[in-house]
Amino acid sequence: MNNGEIVIRVRNLRKVYHVGDVDVHALRGVDLDVERGEFVSIVGPSGSGKSTLFHILGGLTPPTDGEVYIHGQNLRELSEAGRTELRRREVGFVFQKYNLLPTLSAADNIAIARHIARRNGPEDPRFQQVLELLGIRHRLHHKPRALSGGEQQRVAIARAIVNNPSILLADEPTGNLDTENSNIVLGLLRDLNERLGQTILMITHNPEAAAYGHRIVRMRDGRIQDE
Amino acid sequence: MTNKLVLSNLKHRPVRTFLSLLAIGVEVCMMLTLVGLSEGMLEDAARRATGVGADILIRAPGTSLISMSSASLSEKYLSFFLEQPHVRLAVGTVEQPTGGVSTVTGLDLAEFNAMSGGFKFLAGRPFQNDREVIVDDYYARQNNLSVGSTLNLLNLEWRVCGIVEPGKLARVVVQRRVLQDLTGSTGKLSRIFLKLDDPANTDKVLADLKEKLPDFPMYSMAELTSLYSVSNVPGLSAFIGVIIALSIIVGFLVVFLSMYTAVLERTREVGILKALGASPFYILNIIFRETAILAIAGSVLGIVLTYGSRWAVMVFAPAALTQKIVPDWWPIAGAIAFAGAMLGAFYPAWKAAGQDAIEALSYE
Repeated sequence: MNNGEIVIRVRNLRKVYHVGDVDVHALRGVDLDVERGEFVSIVGPSGSGKSTLFHILGGLTPPTDGEVYIHGQNLRELSEAGRTELRRREVGFVFQKYNLLPTLSAADNIAIARHIARRNGPEDPRFQQVLELLGIRHRLHHKPRALSGGEQQRVAIARAIVNNPSILLADEPTGNLDTENSNIVLGLLRDLNERLGQTILMITHNPEAAAYGHRIVRMRDGRIQDE
Repeated sequence: MTNKLVLSNLKHRPVRTFLSLLAIGVEVCMMLTLVGLSEGMLEDAARRATGVGADILIRAPGTSLISMSSASLSEKYLSFFLEQPHVRLAVGTVEQPTGGVSTVTGLDLAEFNAMSGGFKFLAGRPFQNDREVIVDDYYARQNNLSVGSTLNLLNLEWRVCGIVEPGKLARVVVQRRVLQDLTGSTGKLSRIFLKLDDPANTDKVLADLKEKLPDFPMYSMAELTSLYSVSNVPGLSAFIGVIIALSIIVGFLVVFLSMYTAVLERTREVGILKALGASPFYILNIIFRETAILAIAGSVLGIVLTYGSRWAVMVFAPAALTQKIVPDWWPIAGAIAFAGAMLGAFYPAWKAAGQDAIEALSYE
Protein backbone atom coordinates (compact mmCIF):
# COMPACT_ATOMS: atom_id res chain seq x y z
CA MET A 1 0.00 0.00 0.00
CA ASN A 2 3.06 2.30 0.14
CA ASN A 3 2.83 5.02 -2.49
CA GLY A 4 5.96 7.02 -1.70
CA GLU A 5 4.12 9.88 -0.01
CA ILE A 6 5.95 10.78 3.21
CA VAL A 7 3.51 11.05 6.11
CA ILE A 8 6.08 11.46 8.87
CA ARG A 9 9.40 13.25 8.38
CA VAL A 10 11.70 13.58 11.37
CA ARG A 11 15.02 15.43 11.15
CA ASN A 12 17.64 15.76 13.90
CA LEU A 13 14.93 15.45 16.56
CA ARG A 14 16.06 16.18 20.10
CA LYS A 15 14.17 16.11 23.34
CA VAL A 16 15.54 17.16 26.70
CA TYR A 17 13.56 16.68 29.92
CA HIS A 18 14.47 18.78 32.91
CA VAL A 19 14.23 16.59 35.99
CA GLY A 20 15.09 18.78 38.96
CA ASP A 21 18.53 20.22 38.17
CA VAL A 22 19.36 17.42 35.76
CA ASP A 23 18.84 17.50 32.00
CA VAL A 24 17.81 14.13 30.61
CA HIS A 25 18.51 13.78 26.87
CA ALA A 26 15.74 11.42 25.76
CA LEU A 27 16.29 11.94 22.00
CA ARG A 28 19.70 12.91 20.65
CA GLY A 29 19.12 13.56 16.94
CA VAL A 30 16.63 11.19 15.35
CA ASP A 31 16.00 11.06 11.60
CA LEU A 32 13.09 9.03 10.30
CA ASP A 33 10.78 8.97 7.27
CA VAL A 34 7.55 7.00 7.18
CA GLU A 35 5.57 6.60 3.99
CA ARG A 36 1.79 6.48 3.79
CA GLY A 37 0.57 2.91 4.28
CA GLU A 38 3.76 1.73 5.98
CA PHE A 39 3.74 -0.48 9.08
CA VAL A 40 6.88 0.39 11.04
CA SER A 41 7.96 -1.39 14.22
CA ILE A 42 10.15 0.53 16.63
CA VAL A 43 12.14 -1.60 19.03
CA GLY A 44 14.74 -0.86 21.65
CA PRO A 45 15.51 -1.27 25.33
CA SER A 46 13.87 0.79 28.06
CA GLY A 47 15.20 4.35 28.04
CA SER A 48 16.12 4.20 24.35
CA GLY A 49 13.69 7.03 23.53
CA LYS A 50 10.92 5.01 21.82
CA SER A 51 8.14 6.38 24.00
CA THR A 52 9.44 9.94 23.75
CA LEU A 53 9.43 9.65 19.97
CA PHE A 54 5.89 8.24 20.18
CA HIS A 55 4.76 11.14 22.38
CA ILE A 56 6.27 13.77 20.08
CA LEU A 57 4.81 12.20 16.94
CA GLY A 58 1.43 12.07 18.69
CA GLY A 59 1.59 15.73 19.65
CA LEU A 60 1.53 14.93 23.36
CA THR A 61 4.75 16.87 23.98
CA PRO A 62 6.69 19.36 21.86
CA PRO A 63 10.22 18.63 20.60
CA THR A 64 13.15 20.54 22.10
CA ASP A 65 14.96 20.82 18.78
CA GLY A 66 14.85 19.43 15.25
CA GLU A 67 12.00 19.12 12.80
CA VAL A 68 8.96 16.84 12.82
CA TYR A 69 6.53 17.00 9.94
CA ILE A 70 3.21 15.18 9.98
CA HIS A 71 1.53 15.49 6.62
CA GLY A 72 3.77 18.43 5.90
CA GLN A 73 2.81 20.20 9.13
CA ASN A 74 5.80 21.22 11.29
CA LEU A 75 5.05 20.20 14.88
CA ARG A 76 7.57 22.69 16.28
CA GLU A 77 5.42 25.50 14.95
CA LEU A 78 2.28 24.16 16.58
CA SER A 79 0.88 25.69 19.74
CA GLU A 80 -0.70 23.54 22.45
CA ALA A 81 -4.05 24.06 20.73
CA GLY A 82 -2.49 23.06 17.40
CA ARG A 83 -1.14 19.84 18.91
CA THR A 84 -4.57 19.14 20.38
CA GLU A 85 -6.06 19.52 16.89
CA LEU A 86 -3.37 17.20 15.53
CA ARG A 87 -4.34 14.49 18.04
CA ARG A 88 -7.96 14.99 17.13
CA ARG A 89 -7.55 14.63 13.37
CA GLU A 90 -4.23 13.10 12.34
CA VAL A 91 -3.24 10.63 15.05
CA GLY A 92 -4.85 7.65 16.74
CA PHE A 93 -3.35 6.07 19.85
CA VAL A 94 -3.37 2.48 21.04
CA PHE A 95 -1.85 1.97 24.49
CA GLN A 96 -0.48 -1.04 26.30
CA LYS A 97 -3.10 -0.67 29.06
CA TYR A 98 -5.97 -0.16 26.58
CA ASN A 99 -6.95 3.10 28.32
CA LEU A 100 -10.68 2.85 27.77
CA LEU A 101 -12.93 5.08 29.86
CA PRO A 102 -14.29 2.69 32.49
CA THR A 103 -17.64 4.44 32.90
CA LEU A 104 -18.60 4.19 29.23
CA SER A 105 -19.63 1.22 27.11
CA ALA A 106 -17.35 0.06 24.29
CA ALA A 107 -19.62 1.82 21.78
CA ASP A 108 -19.47 5.06 23.75
CA ASN A 109 -15.70 4.80 24.11
CA ILE A 110 -15.55 4.82 20.33
CA ALA A 111 -18.25 7.49 20.01
CA ILE A 112 -16.46 9.89 22.32
CA ALA A 113 -13.45 9.97 20.01
CA ARG A 114 -15.81 11.09 17.22
CA HIS A 115 -17.42 13.62 19.54
CA ILE A 116 -14.08 15.11 20.56
CA ALA A 117 -13.13 15.37 16.87
CA ARG A 118 -16.52 17.07 16.32
CA ARG A 119 -17.55 14.40 13.84
CA ASN A 120 -21.16 14.20 14.81
CA GLY A 121 -22.49 13.30 11.38
CA PRO A 122 -23.18 9.80 10.08
CA GLU A 123 -20.48 7.23 10.67
CA ASP A 124 -18.01 6.51 7.86
CA PRO A 125 -19.24 3.29 6.15
CA ARG A 126 -15.62 2.11 6.21
CA PHE A 127 -15.88 2.02 9.99
CA GLN A 128 -18.49 -0.73 9.84
CA GLN A 129 -15.96 -2.73 7.87
CA VAL A 130 -13.44 -2.03 10.63
CA LEU A 131 -15.83 -3.26 13.33
CA GLU A 132 -16.35 -6.47 11.33
CA LEU A 133 -12.63 -6.83 10.98
CA LEU A 134 -12.08 -6.32 14.71
CA GLY A 135 -14.85 -8.76 15.60
CA ILE A 136 -16.30 -6.65 18.42
CA ARG A 137 -19.66 -5.68 17.02
CA HIS A 138 -21.52 -7.99 19.42
CA ARG A 139 -19.57 -6.63 22.45
CA LEU A 140 -20.12 -2.92 21.85
CA HIS A 141 -22.68 -2.42 24.62
CA HIS A 142 -20.49 -3.84 27.32
CA LYS A 143 -18.41 -1.75 29.69
CA PRO A 144 -14.64 -2.34 29.64
CA ARG A 145 -14.73 -4.35 32.88
CA ALA A 146 -16.95 -6.90 31.14
CA LEU A 147 -14.51 -7.34 28.26
CA SER A 148 -11.40 -9.49 28.05
CA GLY A 149 -8.00 -7.83 27.56
CA GLY A 150 -8.02 -8.78 23.88
CA GLU A 151 -11.51 -7.35 23.41
CA GLN A 152 -10.59 -4.14 25.22
CA GLN A 153 -7.56 -3.71 22.98
CA ARG A 154 -9.71 -4.27 19.89
CA VAL A 155 -12.12 -1.58 21.13
CA ALA A 156 -9.11 0.69 21.69
CA ILE A 157 -7.99 0.07 18.10
CA ALA A 158 -11.50 0.86 16.84
CA ARG A 159 -11.47 4.09 18.86
CA ALA A 160 -8.04 5.00 17.50
CA ILE A 161 -9.09 4.74 13.87
CA VAL A 162 -12.72 5.88 14.00
CA ASN A 163 -11.73 9.36 12.82
CA ASN A 164 -9.60 8.05 9.93
CA PRO A 165 -6.29 9.34 11.30
CA SER A 166 -3.27 9.56 9.04
CA ILE A 167 -1.19 7.64 11.56
CA LEU A 168 -1.96 4.95 14.11
CA LEU A 169 0.53 4.99 16.97
CA ALA A 170 0.56 1.78 18.98
CA ASP A 171 2.63 1.67 22.18
CA GLU A 172 3.25 -1.95 23.21
CA PRO A 173 -0.26 -2.96 22.09
CA THR A 174 0.31 -6.58 23.09
CA GLY A 175 2.23 -5.86 26.31
CA ASN A 176 -0.68 -6.92 28.53
CA LEU A 177 -2.00 -9.76 26.41
CA ASP A 178 -1.39 -13.50 26.28
CA THR A 179 0.08 -15.05 23.15
CA GLU A 180 -3.26 -15.93 21.58
CA ASN A 181 -4.72 -12.44 22.03
CA SER A 182 -1.40 -10.88 21.03
CA ASN A 183 -1.50 -12.72 17.74
CA ILE A 184 -5.12 -11.66 17.18
CA VAL A 185 -4.33 -7.97 17.84
CA LEU A 186 -1.17 -8.01 15.73
CA GLY A 187 -3.07 -9.77 12.94
CA LEU A 188 -5.73 -7.09 13.11
CA LEU A 189 -3.14 -4.31 12.91
CA ARG A 190 -1.64 -6.00 9.88
CA ASP A 191 -5.10 -6.35 8.29
CA LEU A 192 -5.84 -2.69 8.93
CA ASN A 193 -2.58 -1.84 7.27
CA GLU A 194 -2.91 -4.19 4.32
CA ARG A 195 -6.65 -3.93 3.64
CA LEU A 196 -7.30 -0.31 4.56
CA GLY A 197 -3.86 1.19 4.02
CA GLN A 198 -3.58 2.48 7.59
CA THR A 199 -0.12 3.86 8.40
CA ILE A 200 1.05 2.29 11.65
CA LEU A 201 3.97 2.95 13.98
CA MET A 202 4.23 0.31 16.66
CA ILE A 203 6.55 0.31 19.65
CA THR A 204 7.33 -3.13 20.99
CA HIS A 205 9.85 -5.10 23.03
CA ASN A 206 8.73 -8.31 21.44
CA PRO A 207 10.77 -9.38 18.34
CA GLU A 208 7.89 -11.58 17.12
CA ALA A 209 5.53 -8.62 17.29
CA ALA A 210 8.07 -6.38 15.58
CA ALA A 211 8.22 -8.83 12.71
CA TYR A 212 4.64 -7.89 11.74
CA GLY A 213 5.96 -4.53 10.48
CA HIS A 214 7.30 -3.81 7.01
CA ARG A 215 10.46 -2.61 8.61
CA ILE A 216 11.97 -2.53 12.06
CA VAL A 217 13.64 0.59 13.46
CA ARG A 218 15.99 -0.10 16.39
CA MET A 219 16.64 2.64 18.92
CA ARG A 220 19.30 2.95 21.60
CA ASP A 221 20.34 5.88 23.79
CA GLY A 222 18.03 8.34 22.08
CA ARG A 223 19.21 7.54 18.57
CA ILE A 224 18.18 5.25 15.75
CA GLN A 225 20.74 2.47 15.74
CA ASP A 226 19.75 0.74 12.53
CA GLU A 227 16.81 -0.04 10.28
CA MET B 1 -22.05 12.67 24.44
CA THR B 2 -20.60 15.02 27.06
CA ASN B 3 -23.76 14.65 29.16
CA LYS B 4 -23.56 10.88 28.78
CA LEU B 5 -19.98 10.93 30.07
CA VAL B 6 -20.91 13.26 32.93
CA LEU B 7 -23.90 11.13 33.98
CA SER B 8 -21.91 7.91 33.69
CA ASN B 9 -19.21 9.45 35.89
CA LEU B 10 -21.84 10.35 38.50
CA LYS B 11 -23.38 6.87 38.34
CA HIS B 12 -19.97 5.22 38.55
CA ARG B 13 -19.36 6.59 42.07
CA PRO B 14 -22.84 6.46 43.66
CA VAL B 15 -21.68 7.01 47.24
CA ARG B 16 -19.61 10.06 46.35
CA THR B 17 -22.45 11.42 44.24
CA PHE B 18 -25.01 10.80 46.97
CA LEU B 19 -22.85 12.43 49.66
CA SER B 20 -22.20 15.46 47.46
CA LEU B 21 -25.93 15.79 46.73
CA LEU B 22 -26.76 15.40 50.39
CA ALA B 23 -24.20 18.00 51.45
CA ILE B 24 -25.52 20.53 48.92
CA GLY B 25 -29.07 19.57 49.92
CA VAL B 26 -28.33 20.18 53.59
CA GLU B 27 -26.72 23.51 52.70
CA VAL B 28 -29.85 24.60 50.82
CA CYS B 29 -32.13 23.18 53.50
CA MET B 30 -30.17 25.07 56.17
CA MET B 31 -30.73 28.38 54.38
CA LEU B 32 -34.40 27.72 53.62
CA THR B 33 -35.12 26.46 57.13
CA LEU B 34 -33.54 29.50 58.73
CA VAL B 35 -35.40 31.91 56.47
CA GLY B 36 -38.58 29.85 56.88
CA LEU B 37 -38.27 29.91 60.67
CA SER B 38 -37.59 33.66 60.72
CA GLU B 39 -40.52 34.48 58.48
CA GLY B 40 -42.77 31.80 59.98
CA MET B 41 -42.27 32.90 63.56
CA LEU B 42 -42.74 36.56 62.74
CA GLU B 43 -45.87 35.82 60.74
CA ASP B 44 -47.17 33.65 63.55
CA ALA B 45 -46.53 36.43 66.06
CA ALA B 46 -48.33 38.92 63.80
CA ARG B 47 -51.20 36.50 63.25
CA ARG B 48 -51.63 35.96 66.97
CA ALA B 49 -51.47 39.69 67.67
CA THR B 50 -54.09 40.42 65.04
CA GLY B 51 -56.17 37.52 66.42
CA VAL B 52 -56.95 39.68 69.44
CA GLY B 53 -59.45 41.57 67.32
CA ALA B 54 -58.00 45.02 68.09
CA ASP B 55 -57.53 47.91 65.69
CA ILE B 56 -54.54 49.62 67.31
CA LEU B 57 -51.54 48.42 69.34
CA ILE B 58 -49.64 50.72 71.70
CA ARG B 59 -46.30 50.02 73.38
CA ALA B 60 -44.34 51.87 76.03
CA PRO B 61 -41.98 54.64 74.95
CA GLY B 62 -38.51 53.40 74.06
CA THR B 63 -39.63 49.85 73.26
CA SER B 64 -39.80 48.24 69.86
CA LEU B 65 -42.43 46.02 68.34
CA ILE B 66 -40.33 42.88 68.31
CA SER B 67 -38.07 43.23 71.34
CA MET B 68 -38.88 41.71 74.73
CA SER B 69 -38.99 44.43 77.35
CA SER B 70 -40.30 44.64 80.89
CA ALA B 71 -43.77 46.01 81.51
CA SER B 72 -43.37 49.78 81.85
CA LEU B 73 -46.68 51.18 80.69
CA SER B 74 -48.91 52.33 83.53
CA GLU B 75 -52.33 50.71 83.77
CA LYS B 76 -53.74 54.25 84.12
CA TYR B 77 -53.36 54.62 80.38
CA LEU B 78 -56.18 52.09 79.90
CA SER B 79 -58.70 54.60 81.20
CA PHE B 80 -56.97 57.40 79.30
CA PHE B 81 -57.38 55.54 76.03
CA LEU B 82 -60.96 54.55 76.81
CA GLU B 83 -61.79 58.26 77.13
CA GLN B 84 -60.54 58.95 73.58
CA PRO B 85 -63.09 59.40 70.78
CA HIS B 86 -64.06 56.23 68.87
CA VAL B 87 -62.21 53.93 71.33
CA ARG B 88 -64.62 51.28 72.54
CA LEU B 89 -62.38 48.79 74.33
CA ALA B 90 -58.83 48.75 75.72
CA VAL B 91 -56.95 45.60 76.76
CA GLY B 92 -53.62 45.66 78.57
CA THR B 93 -51.24 42.72 78.54
CA VAL B 94 -48.01 41.84 80.29
CA GLU B 95 -45.33 39.72 78.56
CA GLN B 96 -42.60 37.96 80.42
CA PRO B 97 -39.87 35.89 78.70
CA THR B 98 -39.61 32.34 80.03
CA GLY B 99 -36.49 31.29 78.14
CA GLY B 100 -35.50 31.16 74.49
CA VAL B 101 -38.20 32.69 72.33
CA SER B 102 -41.01 31.65 74.68
CA THR B 103 -43.06 34.07 76.74
CA VAL B 104 -45.90 33.95 79.22
CA THR B 105 -48.63 36.55 78.81
CA GLY B 106 -50.68 38.09 81.59
CA LEU B 107 -54.29 38.92 80.68
CA ASP B 108 -57.42 40.17 82.28
CA LEU B 109 -59.68 37.53 80.82
CA ALA B 110 -62.86 39.60 81.06
CA GLU B 111 -61.25 42.51 79.15
CA PHE B 112 -59.72 40.14 76.61
CA ASN B 113 -62.95 38.20 76.03
CA ALA B 114 -64.85 41.38 75.38
CA MET B 115 -62.42 42.36 72.65
CA SER B 116 -61.55 39.04 71.04
CA GLY B 117 -64.65 36.99 71.65
CA GLY B 118 -62.66 34.86 74.08
CA PHE B 119 -60.55 31.76 73.76
CA LYS B 120 -62.11 28.66 72.28
CA PHE B 121 -61.50 25.97 74.88
CA LEU B 122 -60.62 22.53 73.54
CA ALA B 123 -60.44 21.23 77.10
CA GLY B 124 -60.82 22.64 80.62
CA ARG B 125 -62.06 26.06 81.66
CA PRO B 126 -60.94 29.64 82.42
CA PHE B 127 -58.90 30.62 85.53
CA GLN B 128 -60.36 29.98 88.95
CA ASN B 129 -57.32 30.68 91.09
CA ASP B 130 -53.93 32.40 90.91
CA ARG B 131 -51.66 29.46 90.03
CA GLU B 132 -53.55 28.39 86.96
CA VAL B 133 -52.40 28.66 83.41
CA ILE B 134 -54.11 28.40 80.03
CA VAL B 135 -52.04 27.00 77.13
CA ASP B 136 -52.79 26.63 73.45
CA ASP B 137 -53.00 23.29 71.70
CA TYR B 138 -49.49 23.53 70.13
CA TYR B 139 -47.89 24.25 73.47
CA ALA B 140 -49.84 21.43 75.13
CA ARG B 141 -48.78 18.93 72.45
CA GLN B 142 -45.13 20.01 72.51
CA ASN B 143 -44.96 19.74 76.29
CA ASN B 144 -47.30 16.74 76.71
CA LEU B 145 -49.72 18.77 78.82
CA SER B 146 -53.37 18.10 79.55
CA VAL B 147 -55.84 19.73 81.85
CA GLY B 148 -54.65 19.15 85.40
CA SER B 149 -50.97 18.83 84.40
CA THR B 150 -48.38 20.84 86.25
CA LEU B 151 -46.23 23.33 84.40
CA ASN B 152 -43.13 25.08 85.74
CA LEU B 153 -43.03 28.76 84.79
CA LEU B 154 -40.91 31.47 86.41
CA ASN B 155 -39.69 28.87 88.93
CA LEU B 156 -43.23 28.19 90.13
CA GLU B 157 -45.57 25.26 89.63
CA TRP B 158 -48.75 26.10 87.71
CA ARG B 159 -51.77 23.92 87.06
CA VAL B 160 -53.06 23.77 83.51
CA CYS B 161 -56.73 24.71 83.75
CA GLY B 162 -57.51 25.00 80.05
CA ILE B 163 -56.27 24.14 76.58
CA VAL B 164 -57.40 26.52 73.84
CA GLU B 165 -57.29 26.82 70.07
CA PRO B 166 -54.12 28.58 68.94
CA GLY B 167 -54.11 31.93 67.13
CA LYS B 168 -55.12 34.43 69.78
CA LEU B 169 -52.30 36.54 71.23
CA ALA B 170 -50.32 34.01 73.27
CA ARG B 171 -49.54 30.36 73.75
CA VAL B 172 -49.20 30.53 77.54
CA VAL B 173 -51.56 32.79 79.48
CA VAL B 174 -51.86 33.54 83.19
CA GLN B 175 -53.83 36.17 85.06
CA ARG B 176 -52.38 39.65 84.48
CA ARG B 177 -52.47 40.69 88.12
CA VAL B 178 -50.63 37.52 89.18
CA LEU B 179 -47.91 37.99 86.56
CA GLN B 180 -47.52 41.69 87.42
CA ASP B 181 -47.00 40.82 91.09
CA LEU B 182 -44.58 38.01 90.33
CA THR B 183 -42.42 40.13 88.04
CA GLY B 184 -42.44 43.22 90.25
CA SER B 185 -44.44 45.24 87.76
CA THR B 186 -47.65 45.77 89.65
CA GLY B 187 -49.85 48.22 87.81
CA LYS B 188 -47.68 48.07 84.69
CA LEU B 189 -48.38 46.78 81.20
CA SER B 190 -46.28 45.74 78.19
CA ARG B 191 -48.85 46.45 75.49
CA ILE B 192 -52.28 47.99 75.13
CA PHE B 193 -54.71 46.93 72.42
CA LEU B 194 -57.53 49.27 71.39
CA LYS B 195 -60.75 48.36 69.65
CA LEU B 196 -62.57 51.19 67.91
CA ASP B 197 -66.24 51.71 67.22
CA ASP B 198 -65.43 51.38 63.50
CA PRO B 199 -62.15 50.11 61.97
CA ALA B 200 -62.53 52.87 59.34
CA ASN B 201 -61.59 55.36 62.05
CA THR B 202 -58.23 53.73 62.70
CA ASP B 203 -56.07 56.24 60.84
CA LYS B 204 -57.88 59.19 62.35
CA VAL B 205 -57.62 57.85 65.92
CA LEU B 206 -54.00 56.84 65.39
CA ALA B 207 -53.08 60.33 64.17
CA ASP B 208 -54.88 61.87 67.10
CA LEU B 209 -53.15 59.60 69.64
CA LYS B 210 -49.74 60.16 68.11
CA GLU B 211 -50.22 63.85 68.51
CA LYS B 212 -51.16 63.45 72.16
CA LEU B 213 -48.53 60.82 73.00
CA PRO B 214 -45.72 61.39 70.51
CA ASP B 215 -43.20 59.13 72.31
CA PHE B 216 -45.41 56.05 72.29
CA PRO B 217 -44.93 53.53 69.46
CA MET B 218 -48.39 52.93 67.99
CA TYR B 219 -49.42 50.74 65.11
CA SER B 220 -52.58 49.92 63.25
CA MET B 221 -53.07 46.18 62.84
CA ALA B 222 -52.50 46.49 59.09
CA GLU B 223 -49.13 48.13 59.80
CA LEU B 224 -48.34 45.50 62.37
CA THR B 225 -48.43 42.66 59.86
CA SER B 226 -45.96 44.41 57.58
CA LEU B 227 -43.74 45.43 60.48
CA TYR B 228 -43.32 41.82 61.60
CA SER B 229 -40.62 41.25 58.97
CA VAL B 230 -37.02 40.06 58.96
CA SER B 231 -35.71 43.55 58.23
CA ASN B 232 -37.45 44.99 61.30
CA VAL B 233 -35.88 42.56 63.75
CA PRO B 234 -32.57 43.98 64.93
CA GLY B 235 -29.69 41.73 63.84
CA LEU B 236 -31.85 39.08 62.14
CA SER B 237 -30.84 40.05 58.60
CA ALA B 238 -27.19 40.00 59.65
CA PHE B 239 -27.71 36.62 61.32
CA ILE B 240 -29.27 35.20 58.15
CA GLY B 241 -26.37 36.71 56.20
CA VAL B 242 -23.86 34.92 58.43
CA ILE B 243 -25.66 31.59 58.02
CA ILE B 244 -25.77 32.06 54.24
CA ALA B 245 -22.05 32.86 54.21
CA LEU B 246 -21.39 29.72 56.24
CA SER B 247 -23.57 27.74 53.83
CA ILE B 248 -21.54 29.02 50.88
CA ILE B 249 -18.31 28.03 52.64
CA VAL B 250 -19.70 24.56 53.46
CA GLY B 251 -20.93 24.10 49.87
CA PHE B 252 -17.64 25.33 48.50
CA LEU B 253 -15.60 22.97 50.68
CA VAL B 254 -17.81 19.94 50.01
CA VAL B 255 -17.74 20.40 46.25
CA PHE B 256 -14.06 21.31 46.30
CA LEU B 257 -13.22 18.10 48.16
CA SER B 258 -15.59 15.99 46.09
CA MET B 259 -14.39 17.30 42.72
CA TYR B 260 -10.76 17.36 43.79
CA THR B 261 -11.01 13.68 44.72
CA ALA B 262 -12.89 12.94 41.52
CA VAL B 263 -10.26 14.67 39.40
CA LEU B 264 -7.47 12.86 41.23
CA GLU B 265 -9.26 9.52 40.75
CA ARG B 266 -9.76 10.28 37.08
CA THR B 267 -6.30 11.57 36.30
CA ARG B 268 -5.74 8.74 33.85
CA GLU B 269 -9.12 9.34 32.22
CA VAL B 270 -8.26 12.99 31.74
CA GLY B 271 -5.03 11.81 30.06
CA ILE B 272 -7.05 9.51 27.77
CA LEU B 273 -9.38 12.33 26.78
CA LYS B 274 -6.41 14.58 26.07
CA ALA B 275 -4.76 11.87 23.97
CA LEU B 276 -8.00 11.70 21.97
CA GLY B 277 -7.71 15.42 21.29
CA ALA B 278 -9.84 16.89 24.07
CA SER B 279 -9.03 20.55 24.67
CA PRO B 280 -8.66 22.06 28.15
CA PHE B 281 -12.10 23.62 27.59
CA TYR B 282 -13.58 20.17 26.93
CA ILE B 283 -12.20 18.94 30.27
CA LEU B 284 -13.43 22.08 32.10
CA ASN B 285 -16.82 21.59 30.52
CA ILE B 286 -17.09 18.03 31.85
CA ILE B 287 -16.14 19.01 35.41
CA PHE B 288 -18.40 22.07 35.47
CA ARG B 289 -21.34 20.14 34.00
CA GLU B 290 -20.89 17.47 36.63
CA THR B 291 -20.83 20.14 39.33
CA ALA B 292 -23.86 21.90 37.87
CA ILE B 293 -25.85 18.65 37.93
CA LEU B 294 -24.80 18.06 41.56
CA ALA B 295 -25.71 21.64 42.50
CA ILE B 296 -29.10 21.61 40.77
CA ALA B 297 -30.09 18.14 42.01
CA GLY B 298 -28.71 19.00 45.46
CA SER B 299 -30.79 22.19 45.53
CA VAL B 300 -33.94 20.25 44.63
CA LEU B 301 -33.09 17.77 47.38
CA GLY B 302 -32.56 20.70 49.76
CA ILE B 303 -36.03 22.05 48.97
CA VAL B 304 -37.54 18.61 49.62
CA LEU B 305 -35.56 18.39 52.88
CA THR B 306 -37.09 21.72 53.92
CA TYR B 307 -40.50 20.03 54.02
CA GLY B 308 -38.88 17.44 56.27
CA SER B 309 -37.47 20.09 58.59
CA ARG B 310 -40.87 21.80 58.73
CA TRP B 311 -42.48 18.47 59.61
CA ALA B 312 -39.88 17.98 62.37
CA VAL B 313 -40.57 21.48 63.72
CA MET B 314 -44.31 20.86 63.70
CA VAL B 315 -43.94 17.52 65.44
CA PHE B 316 -41.25 18.36 67.99
CA ALA B 317 -41.56 22.09 68.62
CA PRO B 318 -44.90 23.36 67.32
CA ALA B 319 -45.23 25.98 70.06
CA ALA B 320 -41.69 27.30 70.19
CA LEU B 321 -41.04 27.42 66.44
CA THR B 322 -43.09 28.00 63.31
CA GLN B 323 -41.50 27.28 59.98
CA LYS B 324 -42.87 28.64 56.76
CA ILE B 325 -42.12 27.23 53.31
CA VAL B 326 -40.67 30.15 51.36
CA PRO B 327 -40.79 29.42 47.59
CA ASP B 328 -39.48 32.95 46.92
CA TRP B 329 -36.21 31.83 48.45
CA TRP B 330 -35.87 28.60 46.41
CA PRO B 331 -34.13 30.26 43.45
CA ILE B 332 -32.02 32.40 45.80
CA ALA B 333 -30.83 29.42 47.88
CA GLY B 334 -30.35 27.39 44.68
CA ALA B 335 -28.29 30.17 43.11
CA ILE B 336 -26.17 30.51 46.26
CA ALA B 337 -25.56 26.74 46.35
CA PHE B 338 -24.80 26.75 42.62
CA ALA B 339 -22.31 29.60 42.96
CA GLY B 340 -20.62 27.93 45.95
CA ALA B 341 -20.41 24.62 44.08
CA MET B 342 -18.98 26.22 40.94
CA LEU B 343 -16.46 28.07 43.04
CA GLY B 344 -15.54 24.77 44.70
CA ALA B 345 -15.14 23.05 41.33
CA PHE B 346 -13.00 25.79 39.85
CA TYR B 347 -9.60 24.70 41.14
CA PRO B 348 -10.12 20.95 40.51
CA ALA B 349 -11.40 21.74 37.00
CA TRP B 350 -8.49 24.05 36.29
CA LYS B 351 -6.07 21.43 37.61
CA ALA B 352 -7.63 18.73 35.41
CA ALA B 353 -7.64 20.95 32.33
CA GLY B 354 -3.99 21.82 32.82
CA GLN B 355 -2.83 18.26 33.44
CA ASP B 356 0.05 17.01 31.34
CA ALA B 357 -1.33 14.24 29.12
CA ILE B 358 1.77 12.06 29.38
CA GLU B 359 1.92 12.27 33.17
CA ALA B 360 -1.84 11.68 33.39
CA LEU B 361 -1.61 8.58 31.19
CA SER B 362 1.10 7.09 33.37
CA TYR B 363 -0.90 7.77 36.57
CA GLU B 364 -1.67 4.58 38.51
